Amino acid sequence: MYDFIYHRPGTVRQAANLFAKNADAKLIAGGHTLVPVMKQRLAAPPHLVDLSHIEGLDGIELKGRNLVIGALAKHNDVATSSTVAEAIPALAELAALIGDPAVRHKGTIGGSLANNDPTADYPAACLALGATIVTNKRKLKPEEFFQGLFTTALEADEIITKVSFPIPRKAAYVKFRNQASRYALVGVFVARLPSGVRVTVTGAGGDGVFRVAAFEDALQKRFASKAIDGLAVSPDGLNSDLHGSAEYRAHLIGVLAKRAVDAANARA
Amino acid sequence: MAKVSMIVNGTPATGNIDPRTLLVQFLRENLRLTGTHVGCDTSQCGACVVHLDGKAVKACTVLAVMADGHEVTTIEGLAADGAPLHPMQEAFREHHGLQCGFCTPGMIMTAVDLVNRKGHELSDPVIREELEGNLCRCTGYQNIVLSIAAGAKAMAT
Repeated sequence: MYDFIYHRPGTVRQAANLFAKNADAKLIAGGHTLVPVMKQRLAAPPHLVDLSHIEGLDGIELKGRNLVIGALAKHNDVATSSTVAEAIPALAELAALIGDPAVRHKGTIGGSLANNDPTADYPAACLALGATIVTNKRKLKPEEFFQGLFTTALEADEIITKVSFPIPRKAAYVKFRNQASRYALVGVFVARLPSGVRVTVTGAGGDGVFRVAAFEDALQKRFASKAIDGLAVSPDGLNSDLHGSAEYRAHLIGVLAKRAVDAANARA
Repeated sequence: MAKVSMIVNGTPATGNIDPRTLLVQFLRENLRLTGTHVGCDTSQCGACVVHLDGKAVKACTVLAVMADGHEVTTIEGLAADGAPLHPMQEAFREHHGLQCGFCTPGMIMTAVDLVNRKGHELSDPVIREELEGNLCRCTGYQNIVLSIAAGAKAMAT
């Protein structure tokens, strides 16, 4: 790890102001992506701005028809919150599948979204549920926020403060984990919203999270796993590596989407 | 350099450290608490698990400066020197929940955290699922699972 200067702001404003003098600073919250990357010297920020001591950014609450989660909420907080379990159980289940118990005690929802790892779980939930990602500057929809591998619309001094998830009628997330890393080899989030059905995929896309329009159209007509029988996802543009070929991942998308629809329908 | 101050095993600990110092390095090299081990150094194996504010974390992936002002418990903090072992430690001894012993401190700290979160009656599948972030390269999982189930019950008394 290369040397850096450590900053510990007490507010989001102080954190943002640190970028005025140190444009090449990096934000750290749980640190469970950034610390490993810094150890490998793949990142070497000269300034590190620690958000983890800013108060009031880890709340979980219902606001009307939305579940609002603070950016510093840990994966374990989301996985075990009774508010989340009642409003969007699929989201609690998704959080419980991230990493391992110790990782879930540190990793944050804001950090996961800001990193936009193509195998991360939260991007699938955000895109499927039509979440609003709120920063210190503006509100962003997932379609504009996620911009490809490890790339988002966030500016250097822009800080995610919370994420607002519309509550769906039904939803489920099914993940096929890489046995070693526990990241998604493929993960499929299915949501039935008042505005329509959305099916999103993480882990497979060469550009990160994406929607499967053919599945959405079929499920819109009939929200049952049989509705997507015979529909195939093209392997073109999907990731292919030692863990699985693009064809294998394309096949998994169909299998997991059906399981997710069944799981969503099985919920009372 | 950065000044840090935290409560480690109930005792105030301070240091003037390079900000790059990992919590596990601070514990082992500055405080000489070498019970916490470094296995993979990539937050996968769990040999470095300690409790930060009462919750299990992987100390190889926490910067010591980020733990400034917080409370840390290591394997050395479970039972005082000369005092009887913590019930989870005793269960690992009784049920031979170790072979080479390298992963044991992390296993025990994870096990105590598991009991704190999920109670004293733990089924085999729950214990095995919860151990996904702790690797035993001797593959001695059978007795580790037995030990945790027994230790969880013993912690209730």
